[in-house]
Amino acid sequence: MKKISRINDFVIRFANVNGSGSASANNLFAKVVYRLGVPVSPKNVFPSNIQGLPTWYEVRVNQRGYLGRRGGADFVVAVNGQTMEEDYRMVEPGGYFLYDSTRPLPDSFRRDDLTIIDIPLTRLCNEAFSDNRVRQLMKNIIYIGALAHLLDIGLEPVVEAVQRQFAKKPKLAEPNVTAIEIGFQYAREHHRNSCALSIRPSAVVGDRVLLDGNSATALGALYAGATVAGWYPITPSTSVIEAFERFAGRYRIDPDTGQRRYAVVQAEDELAAIGIAIGGGWNGARSFTATSGPGISLMAEFLGLAYFAEIPVVLIDVQRSGPSTGMPTRTQQSDLLACAYASHGDTRNVLLVPADPNECFTMTADAFDLADRLQTPVIVMSDLDLGMNDHLSAPLSWPDERRYDRGKVLGADELDRLEKKWGRYLDIDRDGICYRTLPGTHPEKGAYVTRGTSHTEYAAYTEESAAYERGMKRLLNKWETARCLVPLPECTIRNDRGDCAVIYYGSTTAAALEALDRLKESDIILNSMRIKAFPFQKEVFEFIDRHDTVFIIEQNRDAQMRILLAGECQLAPGKLKPVINFNGLPITARMITNQIHSALLGTRQAIPASNRAAAPEGLS
Amino acid sequence: MSYTRPTFRHPEAHKNQLGYTRTAYEGSISTLCAGCGHDSIVNSIITAFFEMSIEPHRIVKLSGIGCSSKTPAYFLNRSHGFNSVHGRMPSVATGANMANRELIYLGVSGDGDTASIGMGQFTHVVRRNLDMVYIVMNNGCYGLTKGQDSATADKGSKSRKGAPVALESIDLCELALGLGAGFVARGFSGDKKQLVPMLKAAIAHKGLAFVDVVSPCVTFNNAPTSTKSYSWVREHMEITNTFDFIPLRQEITTDYPHGSSIPVTLHDGSMISLYKREDKEIITNRQEAINALEQARSASQVLTGILFLNPDSSDFHDINNTITTPLNRLGEKELCPGNDILQAFNDSLR
Ligand SMILES: Cc1ncc(C[n+]2csc(CCOP(=O)(O)OP(=O)(O)O)c2C)c(N)n1
Ligand code: SF4
Ligand SMILES: [Mg+2]
Repeated sequence: MKKISRINDFVIRFANVNGSGSASANNLFAKVVYRLGVPVSPKNVFPSNIQGLPTWYEVRVNQRGYLGRRGGADFVVAVNGQTMEEDYRMVEPGGYFLYDSTRPLPDSFRRDDLTIIDIPLTRLCNEAFSDNRVRQLMKNIIYIGALAHLLDIGLEPVVEAVQRQFAKKPKLAEPNVTAIEIGFQYAREHHRNSCALSIRPSAVVGDRVLLDGNSATALGALYAGATVAGWYPITPSTSVIEAFERFAGRYRIDPDTGQRRYAVVQAEDELAAIGIAIGGGWNGARSFTATSGPGISLMAEFLGLAYFAEIPVVLIDVQRSGPSTGMPTRTQQSDLLACAYASHGDTRNVLLVPADPNECFTMTADAFDLADRLQTPVIVMSDLDLGMNDHLSAPLSWPDERRYDRGKVLGADELDRLEKKWGRYLDIDRDGICYRTLPGTHPEKGAYVTRGTSHTEYAAYTEESAAYERGMKRLLNKWETARCLVPLPECTIRNDRGDCAVIYYGSTTAAALEALDRLKESDIILNSMRIKAFPFQKEVFEFIDRHDTVFIIEQNRDAQMRILLAGECQLAPGKLKPVINFNGLPITARMITNQIHSALLGTRQAIPASNRAAAPEGLS
Repeated sequence: MSYTRPTFRHPEAHKNQLGYTRTAYEGSISTLCAGCGHDSIVNSIITAFFEMSIEPHRIVKLSGIGCSSKTPAYFLNRSHGFNSVHGRMPSVATGANMANRELIYLGVSGDGDTASIGMGQFTHVVRRNLDMVYIVMNNGCYGLTKGQDSATADKGSKSRKGAPVALESIDLCELALGLGAGFVARGFSGDKKQLVPMLKAAIAHKGLAFVDVVSPCVTFNNAPTSTKSYSWVREHMEITNTFDFIPLRQEITTDYPHGSSIPVTLHDGSMISLYKREDKEIITNRQEAINALEQARSASQVLTGILFLNPDSSDFHDINNTITTPLNRLGEKELCPGNDILQAFNDSLR
């Protein structure tokens, strides 16, 4: 048997039981790799359950910086009896299988193409610790200690990481350090040369940080000056608000009085959550809510109100697998259409689509400026993979000279200086955006009734068709203004042939970039574009225009971006080809290359010889 | 179509302490049916704010959807209004109030808007004790969608169509009491003398003040067999207490004959002066209030008046410990922690 032998390039998968304390042990491992300067991308595959169901933690270590999921696993740490067989089966040929040998492996485990690494985790733990809870937790730490030897990390980096983690509670560090040493010693004595995978310190990570998208989103809201949040708990968006509350509790307390400069309201449901955000936005406070698919469905009516009555509000959608309750702890990009046109009637909403935590931060902050400027809902389209997993990302930064763009809001003096009669929905500047006023501004001027019924330029109720049409057309004019304000797509032109190209967006980006490199290795060089926002700009239309075939890579069953593009760009349906994954796990580079390969093989005639596909790799 | 009132007024029209005449508190001309109870409530709202000399622009009016929810257009033209979506006024009011705690929030809803589609939001805004006045214009039916029974229609009561209501009715006052509301009152659109001081007390109350006003729908639910009709309410109305509202530093003037009166002081120093009538004066006892409502219900009476009052309730901002400056007035300086802190955060991840 030929062992997989690689440095800084492999996938290790931890199979655990939910609620057994494995998460912090596994995080510790990812952190150690990160601190050694090696690009790492951990993904948590967890059940919708609090305790007892299987959970996996997959860590990709990759010197070249590919951070998407690769698929497959070279090393499996199997500490969950329930899934042991499945975990055993999924090890790549030549790979490694570490298990708790306190109980022997069943006879049916007979692969001869992998290396078994037996470590009696339970026994070692029971010998060293007496408390039951400590025993359970330290079992996980022992295998991290073993990995420190097996992957040539050495003891110090791991011990140091533990000490930093428990810097404030050195008492807690003690048993952890003991457990690491136990695992390390045991592996050194019994598996001196078992493993040919290895981690070597590197400088590739540079100044990048390892951070989850939801924390970055929360910081974006904090830095942008959000003060009112309405929310209702739902995975995977909950940690956006929880992080916001944590940061606000630290940085938004009035130093003199100890009082809060924010209000986070846990509402009775998502209807109320968005209602609170809209009420706050209407009254001049930057306001937001965060939710996921089921919440989006509930918020639809209110989004239409905010669109039609023109109220700024920011909505963070951390998408998960639908429809209905779907797979609540798995990822997808399947709310795109629901958000783009959320609500009945002719409604359209501005979307921003971040691809990494740094963009979660900047785009969320920008969303507040855009919402105020455009007086409309702005939805940040994150997802479970981006929001809840740690990603290697450029460090966050904030230009201190940056000022909030609060948009067109008239104060008392401005109202007094107006020569003509003010109208809430009067398009003075011809950009579709009108001047609003806030309650309490002026004793005599600027009051009006905001409503979801049709209204005149002066905010009076009307059922006159012409006035209604004028209003609806102006909203389209405003949509054109939005088109100029949202971030441009990122286009990479690698060849000037107009045959084919790819489009991707959001959390699909990392896997798509890797797939593009792999395709290049088999001489398929494709132009690419990453879409960052809706409405689409002319750059998007032009990019599609210059190619015969465009693959749209995304994570939903129905190729929703393809539908959106086809409708918005008025394209013939054949031109855009779907490349999709909707199994709830992040899309992999293999999936993308395979689908593009087979599509190109199918249309071989149309592809120049130099661009022809090599044989596709095996499916994963 | 929209209507505005002629602004001409007699030069000697009565002015309040701010120098405003009643006109400053009026709205556009109502488009409700002639005789609709809601219009009378609108008048009482205008009178209450006018007589309290509250600057109109410091009031925020919010509503859901329904004939009742249209009324914010018919009073306080100088106040900002928000006619939101069906049953969701409480959440919009919550957000608005969080954004600026200095203004006065008046929510107007209907019995359909509150007791059916908005039941969840109603109960939770009460629980939150948001500082607002919450008025339900209660006609026992869905006026705007042409008269269907609402959840407050009394069991057995007959609407215009004649079929008796088969389901139990929801008593919103009793519900509010059960939810811990700090101010619960019931009025009748036809009794201005009681309604105006009741609204004034509600406005002065800190925290959520719930006012259920029986308000007949002349078009769909005014048959004498309906318990929400003018004639039925007039015959069965039982007044739990007569009282006067005395704003801070104002003399006691009242239409009621002087008797022994019991003062209840509100948080801002204003007072409610209750005129003793039998043994029903204890309005600060929640248990008594629930009993009184139940007794009236079994005696087929509509109990009106201030049913319960907790003068020391803490509102949602107290609970949240929000800064006194309105949140919507804070800028970058107060809100943005700055780049240094962000760099320290980056470092904490390394
Ligand atoms: C989501 C939604 N469902 C239904 C309606 C239709 N609708 C409008 S008003 C109303 C009932 C209003 O009843 P109520 O609140 O008692 O007000 P009233 O007209 O009796 O004053 C209904 C069902 C709506 N506007 N929105
Ligand atoms: S239908 Fe009824 S509630 Fe509506 S305006 Fe007419 S009388 Fe009033
Ligand atoms: Mg009604």
